[in-house]
Amino acid sequence: MGTKGRKSRLTLRQKRNSAGYVFVLPFIIGFALFFLWPFAQSIIFSLSELEITREGYDLHFVGFTNYYRALFVNANFLPTFLGQIQSMLISVPSILIFSFFAALLLNGEFKGRWLARVIFFLPVVMGAGIVLQLEKFDYMYDILRAGGFGRGAGIGGADLKLLLYELKLPVVLIEVIVTALEGIPDIIRKSGIQILVFLSGLQSIPAYLYEACEMEGATGWEKFWLITFPLMTPMIITNVVYSIVDSFTAVDNELVRFIHKTAFGGMGYGVGVAMSWMYFAAIGSMLAVVMAIFGRRTYYLD
Amino acid sequence: MRSLRAKARLTRYKAILVSLVRYALIIAISFVILYPLMAKIPSSLMNEADAIDRMVRWIPSQITLDNFRTAFRMMNYPVTFQNSLKLTLTVSTLQLVSCTLVGYGLARFQFRGNSLLFGLVLFTLIVPPQMVALPLYLNLRYFDVFGLLKKPINLLGTHWPFILTSVTGTGFRNGFFIYIMRQVFRGMPADLEDAALVDGAGPFATFFRIMLPGAGSAMLIVFLFSFVWQWNDIFLSTLYLGGSLEYLPFALERITHIFYESRREFLVSYQYASIVNNAGMLMFIAPLLVIYGVLQRYFVESIERTGIKG
Repeated sequence: MGTKGRKSRLTLRQKRNSAGYVFVLPFIIGFALFFLWPFAQSIIFSLSELEITREGYDLHFVGFTNYYRALFVNANFLPTFLGQIQSMLISVPSILIFSFFAALLLNGEFKGRWLARVIFFLPVVMGAGIVLQLEKFDYMYDILRAGGFGRGAGIGGADLKLLLYELKLPVVLIEVIVTALEGIPDIIRKSGIQILVFLSGLQSIPAYLYEACEMEGATGWEKFWLITFPLMTPMIITNVVYSIVDSFTAVDNELVRFIHKTAFGGMGYGVGVAMSWMYFAAIGSMLAVVMAIFGRRTYYLD
Repeated sequence: MRSLRAKARLTRYKAILVSLVRYALIIAISFVILYPLMAKIPSSLMNEADAIDRMVRWIPSQITLDNFRTAFRMMNYPVTFQNSLKLTLTVSTLQLVSCTLVGYGLARFQFRGNSLLFGLVLFTLIVPPQMVALPLYLNLRYFDVFGLLKKPINLLGTHWPFILTSVTGTGFRNGFFIYIMRQVFRGMPADLEDAALVDGAGPFATFFRIMLPGAGSAMLIVFLFSFVWQWNDIFLSTLYLGGSLEYLPFALERITHIFYESRREFLVSYQYASIVNNAGMLMFIAPLLVIYGVLQRYFVESIERTGIKG
């Protein structure tokens, strides 16, 4: 390409590129009004005491008192906080492993693949929201699980527990087994979108890579670790981020409910926001660690 | 020769075994996913006697629609359904439009600050929505656009908080939608755009005539997500709609609460409460299942083209 042609093309490009602002303008406005400003306010709120008055609200600066009260005065925050982090450290890897595995299952050619995919993605529609919430906290559901409709379905914990006691296993072990098994339906129902992401990733791996590998005489195991896994690292990052984002509004997020209760009924909004900030800091640092581990080893096929 | 044949037989056995294991696992997982739905259907069609009778589990002795009628009445279904549908359609349509536009802008124009802006889009995702909830609530209660309006207006209790955040691509998990649309538009060949440029088409004509038709299936998926999340939403609705709770999720919750109260006074059996509740839940999920049924082929067939990837 000649210098002359390039120059005129560049200005044309530049002119064209400024049109991009028109497309993103709605987000810039919304970001400033409905995200950045409230976000900044939440920092101020966490350092203040909030008083609702007739005209609006008053803020009194109190420094780090809210953080102090959250951590050391409120007896329940720290255990709930650590419990939530711990359950996230267990559930996120479980979701990732399961959804990767499910995507591998759904990826091959087999009869009924269409139906299997329709069912596997169903949690995308059903997994979120009120129905699950009502089931989770519904006293009726608990009764029904213990005996009634849920019985004999294979996922009720009570029968299994009895069986394990019959086998004279140590109580601690029984608890671990039952908790893990009872967690499986949860993991499956939280994996819909992650399966979708992995599956689309698997399908974007070109077949010639595998063929070349087969020519060299690689086994299925080697093909997985040499081709599939490295090329899936971007999807792994996407899914870690998504799973964490998803947990913010999950019905079983004890910490979020605790913060909500503190903010709107307990120690006041300032303390609630301070708690949110600590939660966000913990999640932010966890994401940073994930990025540091996988980000450097990410392979892109362009 | 013989060993070759034996080897072929071995691989065939291996293939059969693999497919058997695959089917077993798929069926087991499908069961876990479908079970809650499957359990609700027969129980919602039972009468109270069947529900109490432990011998009756899957097949009611007599099929009745009474539970649906009761739930219909308790939820004030015609009104709450209409309200929810109107709000959900508004929100998901607006979010689809704004996120498609923003995603396109980020994907196809290398203006200054592009990558910074994309970083901000992702940042809105990783901040727990609860964190900005109360400042946002207060801003909407006394809405004055940084003091530009003379007198602050109260937007709570109206659809405006939903409309404003949806139009600007800052609604619930809109960062995710922008991300999907950006990926899709990035994947489109530059030749298309250049050809349009040569033909004298401006950026908007290019967008509408060339780019948009190719993004159809991804847009349907964004629409589906947006619809489902709004339909299920209770957190933002509680925040924005304040006292007016004539929407389906609240109506469903109401059934549970009413029964919880009457259960405490032993006015109804828990079995009865459960069958009516299940009927209510099915009526709540039904629209989601319908829309999923209509759009599922975009999930299943064209996953590779949706661009939901890292």
